[in-house]
Amino acid sequence: MARINLKDIRHAYVDSPVSDDDYALKRVDHVFEDGGAYALLGPSGCGKTTLLNIISGLLHPSEGEIHFGTANVTDLPTEARNIAQVFQFPVVYDTMTVYDNLAFPLRNRGVPEDAVDRRVREIIGMIGLQDRAGRKAQGLTADEKQKISLGRGLARADVNAILFDEPLTVIDPHMKWALRTQLKDLHRRFGHTMVYVTHDQTEALTFADTVVVMYEGEIVQIGTPEELFERPRHTFVGYFIGSPGMNLLPAAMDGGVVRVGGQSFALPGVPQRLSAERIELGIRPEFVRLGREGMPISIAKVEDIGRKKIVHADLEGEAIAVVIDEDAEVPAEPCVAFDPAHLNLYADSWRVETEGRP
Amino acid sequence: MNKTWNNKAWFMVLPVLALVAFSAVIPLMTVVNYSVQDTFGNNVFFWAGTEWFQEILHSDRFWAAMGRNLAFSAIILCIEVSLGIFIALNMPRKGWGVPVCLVLMALPLLIPFNVVGTIWQVFGRIDIGLLGRTLAELGIAYNYVNNPVHAWVTIILMDVWHWTSLVVLLCYAGLVSIPDAYYQAAKIDGASRWAVFRYIQLPKMHRVLLIAILLRFMDSFMIYTEPFVLTGGGPGNTTTFMSIDLVKLAIGEFNLGEAAAMSIVYFLIILLMSWVFYTVMTNYGTEKR
Repeated sequence: MARINLKDIRHAYVDSPVSDDDYALKRVDHVFEDGGAYALLGPSGCGKTTLLNIISGLLHPSEGEIHFGTANVTDLPTEARNIAQVFQFPVVYDTMTVYDNLAFPLRNRGVPEDAVDRRVREIIGMIGLQDRAGRKAQGLTADEKQKISLGRGLARADVNAILFDEPLTVIDPHMKWALRTQLKDLHRRFGHTMVYVTHDQTEALTFADTVVVMYEGEIVQIGTPEELFERPRHTFVGYFIGSPGMNLLPAAMDGGVVRVGGQSFALPGVPQRLSAERIELGIRPEFVRLGREGMPISIAKVEDIGRKKIVHADLEGEAIAVVIDEDAEVPAEPCVAFDPAHLNLYADSWRVETEGRP
Repeated sequence: MNKTWNNKAWFMVLPVLALVAFSAVIPLMTVVNYSVQDTFGNNVFFWAGTEWFQEILHSDRFWAAMGRNLAFSAIILCIEVSLGIFIALNMPRKGWGVPVCLVLMALPLLIPFNVVGTIWQVFGRIDIGLLGRTLAELGIAYNYVNNPVHAWVTIILMDVWHWTSLVVLLCYAGLVSIPDAYYQAAKIDGASRWAVFRYIQLPKMHRVLLIAILLRFMDSFMIYTEPFVLTGGGPGNTTTFMSIDLVKLAIGEFNLGEAAAMSIVYFLIILLMSWVFYTVMTNYGTEKR
């Protein structure tokens, strides 16, 4: 086990990258602490898998270095890095039995057979395939196969890190929950460094202590689920995390006061002047109050999602979403007011750090 | 499950049936006809029963030819399958090398049997052939005309040269269908090169490989043209395979009854072997379901 230090990693799939756009990973400088549970969250094509493959050594980065603990492993092949990785689609060795599949990574590393047997029995119980142990892997269903893939990832106890590349995509929804909980349990028991790639925010937020959000080849924010929710550093995070995403309203700066339409907000610690092309005010739908006072809106649609209702409305030409309780009344002449403690100001998509606020 | 039976479908098969009847069934029946009768010309036939079959099955000449056939098939299968897998494993997976290799591999397959025979016959001649002369210069007394071993080596070389490509192309098709994730997982699992071959590549190739073996077996068991062009079955009878022997019997000695019986035995052997292969192939996949 080791802390994984990514030093100024860049990666381009083209031979001679010219502009930033040629890079699948623009610049990543990040440390995965030993024993942490991380989620790499981001939309498809944002570079999550590239980053994962660079860590495991399946890809050699165009620039930068990777250190495991104190050792520089940038040029080490995958086999020498002692990493486990689980892929999005099941990879099983068809001609082997379920048992042999799980024993494979151990036997390849010369683990004595009695230790192999102990470990395999433990893993096979964990993934719930005891009754399939002697079956050939070929005829199993997709989610059984994926469980074998997962099990093979977990088989070695001494790995530096376990990397998961959207491992639960092919698993049934109810199994997803169970397996994710098991992974979390395993993490608590063995303290492996785990990096979990996903584009599903629920999965990321429930699995990880620290979520790393990636967007277009860059890390845009690293934080706990609360931080991502309360203070998104980038408008993308605001929009990507939360359901529905953060409301972003075009704003103007007027000597330390933020104006949205006719309304002005005094934000503590906001600089007098911002040199940015685009200024936006962000507020989560959860922190918008619907009532008779504030800015008038016209409601387009009310969605009932169970215990909550989502009101889609129009505020001075801008779409805005409001989350209200299931039994809350929608007034005849609705207005919205913003909770000033939960306002975030964005200049050119990046959050303006305002002093004096947590 | 309720199946709907629609007998009109049989009409769709009729043209094929008619075609097969004219091209295979009717000629085969005339052979059957010859095999159970004896004739002294003038279209006069006498019933012979199983006499011809008994004669064939008790003749050393037949068994010797069949032994040569089996030996030949076994040798070329061993060489072509292992060489084919080896070449397929080493062929490039991407880049400009792929079309170049594929075209190079396909070239021998486009050449007709008798041309292959002639090419090698000339190539191996000790007076004017490149191979024959070179070997002679090197002090190797190579001569396929009077040395049975040399004749065999030449015919085997011919077949390997002609047909290894087929195995290569089939195996290559199997190999390129393996997703990258398998190789990546193998690296993660620390699998050796041999383990990758044994547990990833071979299982993915085994289906196409069985087809390749079936095709190569049937084809090599029918071998005729190459030895015919090279030495006409010689030196002596050493390269007289069943097909050559059959032609000698039927057209050379005009022994129609015996030849017909031999054809049928020959046909039954190939049918049996193909059936065995087919059963093995289809059972392999279903066994584990």
